[in-house]
Amino acid sequence: MLLRGRAWTFGENISTDLIVPGRYAHLRGDLPELAKHTLEDVRPEFAARVQPGDLLIAGRNLGCGSSREHAVLVLIYLGVSAVVAPSIARIFFRNCINSGLPAIEVETAGIEDGDEIEVNLQTCVLVDRSRGIHRRFSPFPPIIRAILREGGLVPYMKKYGKFLEEDL
Amino acid sequence: MGKTMIEKIIEAHVGYQVHPGEIVITPVDLIYAHDWSGPLTIARFHEMGFTTVRHPEKVAFFLDHSSPSSSREIATLHNLLRDFAREHECRLFDVGEGVCHVLVAEYLARPGDVIIGADSHTCMAGAFGAFATGMGATDVAVALALGQTWIKVPGTIAVNVHGRLPHGVYAKDLILSVIGRLGADGAEYKCLEFIGEGVESLPMEERLVLTNMAVEAGAKCGLIPTDEETRRALEERGRGETFQPLRSDPDAVYDAVIEIEANSLEPMVALPHRVDNVRPISHPECQDVRIDQVYIGSCTNGRFEDLKVAAEILRGRRIAPGTRLIVTPGSREVYRRALQTGLLEIFIEAGGLINSPGCGACPGSHVGILGDGERCLSSTNRNFQGRMGNPQALIYLASPATCAASALEGKITDPRRYL
Repeated sequence: MLLRGRAWTFGENISTDLIVPGRYAHLRGDLPELAKHTLEDVRPEFAARVQPGDLLIAGRNLGCGSSREHAVLVLIYLGVSAVVAPSIARIFFRNCINSGLPAIEVETAGIEDGDEIEVNLQTCVLVDRSRGIHRRFSPFPPIIRAILREGGLVPYMKKYGKFLEEDL
Repeated sequence: MGKTMIEKIIEAHVGYQVHPGEIVITPVDLIYAHDWSGPLTIARFHEMGFTTVRHPEKVAFFLDHSSPSSSREIATLHNLLRDFAREHECRLFDVGEGVCHVLVAEYLARPGDVIIGADSHTCMAGAFGAFATGMGATDVAVALALGQTWIKVPGTIAVNVHGRLPHGVYAKDLILSVIGRLGADGAEYKCLEFIGEGVESLPMEERLVLTNMAVEAGAKCGLIPTDEETRRALEERGRGETFQPLRSDPDAVYDAVIEIEANSLEPMVALPHRVDNVRPISHPECQDVRIDQVYIGSCTNGRFEDLKVAAEILRGRRIAPGTRLIVTPGSREVYRRALQTGLLEIFIEAGGLINSPGCGACPGSHVGILGDGERCLSSTNRNFQGRMGNPQALIYLASPATCAASALEGKITDPRRYL
């Protein structure tokens, strides 16, 4: 699968509290409304201007903190095609995969805001076309590949109703 | 080669030898979600086509984050959880019962358990020798239906504390110091195992603070070997028969060992907006820091002993003019004991206010949201920007003792002068 879009760059330790602030907890049943506030304390223009296919490119420890899965749902709703950071907090990482959003751990230094990014999930290569940067990342383990193959854990479970031994 | 404690717990569940990095499917002994994560958990459960909760006796729902409800929308979500719990015969802890993790520690966690909760601080139950870890709503929905989950076996970083904590220094100061050293992602994907005299000498209520905040260093879980104190705490809560000895083998291989000299510690403060932005209280950045609101509560430090330490400092004194003090008992049991022993009266006489048991001001939904530019000193676990409801506010983290002393002076204050 090839993902293509513009980079939206963020710093280190972007918490799920920053992606979906707790003060909007009452909007959790209303995703379109909740999504309008995505990352508004860091980049107020993000929700209105992000385009389908764009990638969220961050510094280390992306998605730290609260387990709130809405932090992933709003990104998907806005059309983000992947999140990329040198390290991704584990609960947020699982939440991304479970919702079918590729979460890629690779060095992001040198990538600038607005750069044209391509990610090939088969060859495990990220390319910054604007800057000629090529970076390799580690392939996902089989269980994660299987969940992504089905488009997330919901379609996976709908299809199989259990974890398949061969996907381990 | 010896086994670590986390490897032993996982092996006992899957029935074969495991090694760090391996992915396994494990049965789960306790599964829970709360009013912020539960509605999506239930939605996912239905979307996946599941209709039956595999082991309802192993499932609990908690209404704690917006408790009592803060809005019409939240009230509707509360009812969704109440209905699901009733229909599927799962346990429900309604508004006013307390914070999910505090209640899990009081009533449910057992040594050797595998526990998953749809909340990041699920790791707190590791103080009882359980492998407890936070997950998202979808993972928890699968566990509801299958009674199992997949996990990667974590490597272990040991935190070895030499000697006992000095007077006026608490588990909160110790864990803040550890997080400051490791960094916010220093234990990413790892198990943090707390060992040594400085941990063994702590009562269960303090041990829970260490495992609660393991996730603030990125850890998958925190663990403490079980011992006589574990047995005492279990017996006190009526489940002494669940005790089992659990510890890492002497020749177990740790990924790293962090050595801490307890007597080198002093009260610690995490400065905005990062939990790993930690300074000793004597540091210049902790001097003359005016505080508008002091918050004592949460899964981290909302237990009876926390309130007691704070009340002893506040007894017979008044908080500083211009500073607010909000106290939130972690559970109904904490509330009842604080009422019976006169602690609540001390807080009220000192000028504080008491919230009903629950998460209170910590997650920023209601009952204590900060104003623009305000500073809050809090006994909670996160000082992220916007955490307590306002991105323009500044949150500092410290022990309940430091919080109480600071309420008296209206600025960050070393509690040792009041002890």
